Amino acid sequence: MHEAMIAENILETIFAQTKKKGGPLGAGRVVRAVISCGQINAVNDEAMQFAFEAAAAGTICQGAKLEIKHVPLKGLCKGCGNEFEFDLYNPHCPKCSKSDFSIGEDAPLLLEEIEFEED
Amino acid sequence: MKIRVNKKIFEKNEDCAEANRKFFTRKNILCINMISSPGSGKTTILEQTIRHLKDKINIAVIEGDLYTRLDAERIRAAGVEAVQIETKGACHLSAVQITNALHKLNTDQLDIIVIENIGNLICPSDFNLGEQVRVVVLSVAEGDDKCAKYPKAFAQADILLINKIDLMPHLDFDTKRVRQDALKLNKDLKIFEISAKTTDGMENWFKWFEKGKGKKYGFFQL
Repeated sequence: MHEAMIAENILETIFAQTKKKGGPLGAGRVVRAVISCGQINAVNDEAMQFAFEAAAAGTICQGAKLEIKHVPLKGLCKGCGNEFEFDLYNPHCPKCSKSDFSIGEDAPLLLEEIEFEED
Repeated sequence: MKIRVNKKIFEKNEDCAEANRKFFTRKNILCINMISSPGSGKTTILEQTIRHLKDKINIAVIEGDLYTRLDAERIRAAGVEAVQIETKGACHLSAVQITNALHKLNTDQLDIIVIENIGNLICPSDFNLGEQVRVVVLSVAEGDDKCAKYPKAFAQADILLINKIDLMPHLDFDTKRVRQDALKLNKDLKIFEISAKTTDGMENWFKWFEKGKGKKYGFFQL
């Protein structure tokens, strides 16, 4: 359940942003947050939503919608040169089934965007 | 109102890990982060490693556990300094806990610090502690499908120790499958097959470990 830890870190990152803006915490409610993750750095959507909802209770993020983007990881097959979306749980080239390939850099866990309630 | 943030969610941990890494480099210490399921034999591997090498290299251990100081006591009994971190239920160690533990160690004469992470094959993989080398331990009793089931731990490791090979006659553990699965995820992974109980196969691990003395990060050849 590393999603619980991620949820706490998302909230901390949001609070750091709202503080930077000069407004006191609680001034503007957050209605939506967008995060992105890679494939190795992946999260389980259901667990992530549950953890975020629980962690956000009683804060300016209570009830905020969490959007999770999964950034694919590129694999390059050394056998046939095919470029494909690497699946960590099924690591082979979908074209030639070989498993000699290089993989690109995995996307980090990012807080991309926050949306505040309109006045 | 929308604002673009684009901040790393684990930025605080990453910053702290980077500070730890700089500390290790400055002190010429090799830091190893050991990750595995509970009961895979991390502490026993460390006990054997310490007994074999403590006269040649200065080792210290940072022990992570949810509760109890049992592992740190075992490490001290083996003859080196140990700091216990009790996470009180948290399932992984984070970089700031390592920074705090480093203050409790006399690091001046140290060659190698080993962090024994919480027994958990999932969460600790997400938390960079500032280590230069990550070791994942898989014991044969856990089954040969673990690389496929928990790919993250194996994809991000530098070394895989397949432990408890003395149990092989009693199990249907396919070492070839584990090697194949692990190398698919991580072609640079170095694999040792060992038994920490009998020390079978540990010679190469000891040699590798001993080579870590005085090797600064970046010059360290796995």
